[in-house]
Amino acid sequence: MSDKPESGDRVTQDVPELPFEPLKLKMGPSHPATHGTVRINLKLDGETVQHAEVEVGYLHRGFEKECESGLYYQVFPYTDRLNYVSSIINNVGYALACEKLFGFEVPERCQYLRVIGSEVSRMGDHFTCLGAGAMELGAMTAYLYVMEARELLWDVIDVMCGSRVTSNYVRIGGLSEDVGPEFPALVREKLGQVGKLQQDFEDLLLSNPIFRQRMEGTGNLSSDELIALGVTGPLLRAAGVPYDVRRAQPYLVYDRLDFDVPIGEHSDNMDRFLVRVEELKQSRRMVEQCVEQLPGGPVDIDDPHVRLPGKGKVFTRMEELIAQFKVVTEGPRPPVGEVYRAVEGANGELGFYLVSDGSGKPYKCRARSPSFSNMQALSRMLQGAMFADVVPTFDMINMIGGECDR
Amino acid sequence: MADPKIRTTDEEQPVAHPLVARLREGVSNAVLASHAFRADVTVIVPRDELLAVCRFLRDDAELRFDMLVDVTAVDYLGRMPRFEVVYHLYSVPLNQRIRIKVALEESDPRLPSLVSIWAGANWLERETWDLYGIVFVGHPNPQRIYLYEEFQGHPLRKDYPKAKRQPLIGPGSANAADAGIGPVRRDVG
Repeated sequence: MSDKPESGDRVTQDVPELPFEPLKLKMGPSHPATHGTVRINLKLDGETVQHAEVEVGYLHRGFEKECESGLYYQVFPYTDRLNYVSSIINNVGYALACEKLFGFEVPERCQYLRVIGSEVSRMGDHFTCLGAGAMELGAMTAYLYVMEARELLWDVIDVMCGSRVTSNYVRIGGLSEDVGPEFPALVREKLGQVGKLQQDFEDLLLSNPIFRQRMEGTGNLSSDELIALGVTGPLLRAAGVPYDVRRAQPYLVYDRLDFDVPIGEHSDNMDRFLVRVEELKQSRRMVEQCVEQLPGGPVDIDDPHVRLPGKGKVFTRMEELIAQFKVVTEGPRPPVGEVYRAVEGANGELGFYLVSDGSGKPYKCRARSPSFSNMQALSRMLQGAMFADVVPTFDMINMIGGECDR
Repeated sequence: MADPKIRTTDEEQPVAHPLVARLREGVSNAVLASHAFRADVTVIVPRDELLAVCRFLRDDAELRFDMLVDVTAVDYLGRMPRFEVVYHLYSVPLNQRIRIKVALEESDPRLPSLVSIWAGANWLERETWDLYGIVFVGHPNPQRIYLYEEFQGHPLRKDYPKAKRQPLIGPGSANAADAGIGPVRRDVG
């Protein structure tokens, strides 16, 4: 503890003041108690953090440069690797930006499936954040429960797109594949199991006094400061600001779904944790509604200049063969212009800013990632905090290196 | 490389959008041009008015853009002026968005930093400096953020070759790499 000597205390004033130098401690970039590649340069006065400097960039791999050199549809695999814990949300965000640029909307069935994919991904992301956060405070058992839940959610994603983590699921104007008739039953079954696991997780953790003491009242930052720093997502909602892109500027079919936007009031780590716990339930509600309402019909738009025609036609008809060849080699061509499209990522507002010069390649493809802006607030949150608060505060920011560093 | 015909601003008619009209009222000479392609309200402002415009956008009761969502740049190589710095703003209380753009000449890619208006500009401007070489005058910590200090050039500029390699770390300034000393040579292209 950092007890400053005060007059009247046991330490009297005739003791000469010793020269004081803060302890400099470099935490990371590869630290066992941080799930993310980042370095925090701390200046400590005893156990109090005087100053925390955050260094990011260890996972920088030139996302934008890579996107500018490929065709529009070739960007999707890179978006998977932005937030690799909830890749479908990134796929959806990029596809919506492209579709805004092209100026069309996808069929209803596709919109519902995109919402299902996004919400299942969001649950996976929140479970990872909560479980890893609990583990890094010593609660290993709780972590194992949510990892099992995440496995079940990834089973759903596996059925949707054939892979579990890097989904590469969404296409401009559609999806890589449709789901079969057994899909709704499978989703309901998995969600039921996930709900039970989440209940066990909450029972294990939320009444634990050690856990609560480390989370409550730590990492506080006022909502005004969070907004000025550009912080969005569960962090901002935990400060009582009900900003959620799904509610503020609804996209896909979110305006038809019945869901609540949970908010906190203390803006501390506990509220950030609880907001995510509640959002898990809301996501489950949304997926249940989507499965209930899932309409029939095609998932892809019927436009041979944008979306690949069916293989049956390509092998038998000349026009479709040419269309396939053109779409693959030249890519679809949007009009000249610029668009910004935001979706609610697992950690906040995920936006894509596209500039088109009318060719098949994006002239500029910028990802506005929530982790980058949220990480900027870490230094302020840690100012004056205890050293032990660094880990829970960092965990609740839930930095995902892939999207922070791009 | 770049197509000099790129037009992102002049294909649409100037719109009498209420946000733009309000900005015109509040700051004279603030709006050089505006458009609303796909309903994204965009205003191009002169560099000298940027601070006044942004302060007005944040503080005006009808605008209240309290969040700086994103800062980036676009390199229109071959066009004059070459660079555009792009700001995306969002108003949490009023739920509205606006995009502000500033055009910059290649010979003088400098504009005022917005850290004094939105604290969140700090890292975003460092990133834009790092990747595009745009100088933000008055920035409290004008360092690179992703790349290391010895890195030569700004990789998102269109004239930076994608395949170019540089020594990853260490005393590897360009001279050291050319002389074959320092860390492992990686400049294969």
